[in-house]
Amino acid sequence: MSSKFVYVTYIRTTPEKLWEALIRPEFTRSYWYGMRQDCDWQSGSPWQLVFSDNSVADAGKVLEIDPPRRLVLSWRNEFRPELKTEGHSRATLELEPNGDTVKLTVTHEIDQDGSKLIEAVSGGWPLVLSSLKSLLETGKALPGSDRRRTKA
Amino acid sequence: MNMDAAFKALADPTRRGILDNLRARNGQTLGELCERISMTRQAVAKHLAILEAANLVAAQKQGREKLHYLNPVPINEIAERWIVKFERGRLRALSDLKNKLEREGQ
Repeated sequence: MSSKFVYVTYIRTTPEKLWEALIRPEFTRSYWYGMRQDCDWQSGSPWQLVFSDNSVADAGKVLEIDPPRRLVLSWRNEFRPELKTEGHSRATLELEPNGDTVKLTVTHEIDQDGSKLIEAVSGGWPLVLSSLKSLLETGKALPGSDRRRTKA
Repeated sequence: MNMDAAFKALADPTRRGILDNLRARNGQTLGELCERISMTRQAVAKHLAILEAANLVAAQKQGREKLHYLNPVPINEIAERWIVKFERGRLRALSDLKNKLEREGQ
């Protein structure tokens, strides 16, 4: 059994711009709770999602990377012991051109029923995605999504 | 993906019921959804198509099956448009209170 969610959003931009916004820290800081990713974006490389105070939120590695189309990360929570024990989940980001928009599909799954990790990330992604869309379409992230989030 | 499509899709109680169903158990086939809703397969399929077109349901193929997932992103966009961030905590407190009182009243 597994836990999984699929989120889809359509953003008026190009796949190249969306790809940059998904990986570059100067973008992610403004729509992803002040967080950045540490990674050299090569297949097999370590990946970390880092709070603004430099503590590590989540970590894993790049399982697949095909810019600007597909990114698959292994993803383990690093700051909540009850989530960390669930081990690695898998996050897949897919970008597909769709008219004058790009369809962004985020799938996050783990081979475990009733996963608390999936429950936790499923609450965070919608705001991150709405804010990313707002940033790319209007130049402004949503209020609050740049508010720095730390372990506390 | 405009908001009109989301509002129209959400205006129907059967379609809201399908979303409730997916919220309880994400990733169902059309057949599984039909078992829970007393309607013909064709009617459920039609409602699902409207939900998919409004981007409230995302469908993914797994082998020969097509699984349906609740996609809350458009609903989040509706909320973000009218709810200012600092109001969210207070609104949540209100809705928690309402849920608690209504449960007690049953």
